[in-house]
Amino acid sequence: MALKGNLRDFTITQLLNLINLAQKTGVLVIEGPSEHATITFRQGKLAYAQTGREDGSLAFILQQTRKISQSQYRLLRERTAQMSDKELGLLLINAGYLSQDDILTSLQNHFVEIVRGLFTWGDGLFRFDQDVFPADGKITVRLDLENLIIEGSRQMREWERLQEEIPSLEMALRVSERPGANMKNINLSVEEWRVISYASPKNTIQQIARTTKMTDLEIRRVVYGLIQAGLVEVVRPEAPGAKPPPIRQFPTGSNKEEQKSLVNRLISRIRSL
Amino acid sequence: MQTVKMVVTGPFNAGKTAFIKSVSEIDVVATERKISAEAEKVKDTTTVAMDFGRITVDDDLVLYLFGTPGQKRFDFMWEILSEGMLGFIVMVDSTRPETFREARSILQTFRAYAPTPYVVAANKQDMNDAWELNDIRLALRLDPKIKLLPCIAQKKDTVKAVLLELLYSILAEMESGGGR
Repeated sequence: MALKGNLRDFTITQLLNLINLAQKTGVLVIEGPSEHATITFRQGKLAYAQTGREDGSLAFILQQTRKISQSQYRLLRERTAQMSDKELGLLLINAGYLSQDDILTSLQNHFVEIVRGLFTWGDGLFRFDQDVFPADGKITVRLDLENLIIEGSRQMREWERLQEEIPSLEMALRVSERPGANMKNINLSVEEWRVISYASPKNTIQQIARTTKMTDLEIRRVVYGLIQAGLVEVVRPEAPGAKPPPIRQFPTGSNKEEQKSLVNRLISRIRSL
Repeated sequence: MQTVKMVVTGPFNAGKTAFIKSVSEIDVVATERKISAEAEKVKDTTTVAMDFGRITVDDDLVLYLFGTPGQKRFDFMWEILSEGMLGFIVMVDSTRPETFREARSILQTFRAYAPTPYVVAANKQDMNDAWELNDIRLALRLDPKIKLLPCIAQKKDTVKAVLLELLYSILAEMESGGGR
C-alpha cells in the first residue's frame, strides 16, 4: 500500500529522512501549489527527478544546465525525438560533444535543484509508491540524501525568515532615490540586475519573479539583499484590485506598428527631457 | 508595464557613468561593496559592476539605461542585457586615442552579440585635445553608415542628441523592413 499524505502533516524533510533511513526504492509524487514533482529513489538514494512543467528529456536538462545552447536544444528535439535519453547520451559522448561526466553532473545538478525546490512547499498531497522505477531509457543517478536533507533544513529556516521579512509578493519595488548620492559602480549578480531592471511601482514582486523565472525563495532572497543594500524599497503597487498585466518587453516579430509606436513614444520623451 | 533597455558601453573612463547620469531620473545608488552578506549566500555568484539609469516614458513604458564595461569577461551579461535591448551606444574618449583600439574591439564584440542598431558617441568634445570626428572615424574604421556623434556627457542636450539619433536609427531600420 502506498504511503500517502499532505506536506502540511508530514514535511518533505521527514519524507526524505524516512526514505533515506529505510533505504526505500520507489517514486514519490507530490502535487504542490502550482505544479507537481516526481522523485525516484533507489535504496534510499536519489535516482531521478522531474517536475510537471518541464519535458524532462536529457536535451532539456542539458540546456537548463547550460551544457548546450537553446538552438542546440531545439535541433536535438527535432532530430532525436525518437531517441531515449540513454541513446542520446551515448550519441553525444561518441560524437565528442560532451563527456559522460558532463552528462551525469548535469543530471545530478538538475535533480538536486528540483529536490531543493520542494523544501519550500508547505502544502501538497504526496504519494510514495514502492518499487516503481523511471522508464528504461532514462538515465538515473545515485545521490546521497543526507546532505540534501541538511541543506534543505537550512533552506527551510532561511525561507521562514525571508517570509517574515517579505511576507507578500503582491507588493511592488521601487528603485531608491537618494539625491546627492555619489556616483559609483554597482556590483550586482546577474539575478540582482534582472530584478532591479524590472523594479517599478507597477510591477509586483510576483510578476518580476514570473518574468525572470525565479522561485518564491529566489526572488525573496534577491529582493531582501537589494533592500538591505538600500537599492530598492518595497511599496504598495500602483494598480491594486484588477489583475495586473504581465511585464512586457520590446514587441518582436511581425508587430511592426507596435514597435514603431513604442519607439516614437521614446523619441517624444527623450525630446522632452 | 513595458520595459525597454539601451546599453551604453565603451572603454574605461569614456564617460558612460556621466552619460547615464545626465538623463536618468534616479541617481544611481551605489557602493563598491557587494550586497549584504545574506545575498552573498545565494550561490557562487559573479558580480558585475554596471551603471544603471531609468527614464519613465509614460504610465506604461520605462526605458532603462545600462552602462557596462565592454570587456570580454563580461560577455555573460549579454543574456540579460540583450533581452528587450533596443540598441546600444559605444562611447569613446575623444582625448585618449590609445583607447580607440579597445573601443573598436568592444564595438565588434557587441555587434556580434546583438544585431541591433548602434551609434558611437565621441565624448569630451569640449576638451582642447579632443580628436576631430573625422579622425576618430578613421581611427575606429567606422562604416560610413554608422553615426558618430559629438558628445559632452555632462551636458544633457548632447546626451539627448545621442539617444535620439540611436532611436532614429532604430526607426529607420524598422521602416526599411529590418528590425526584430
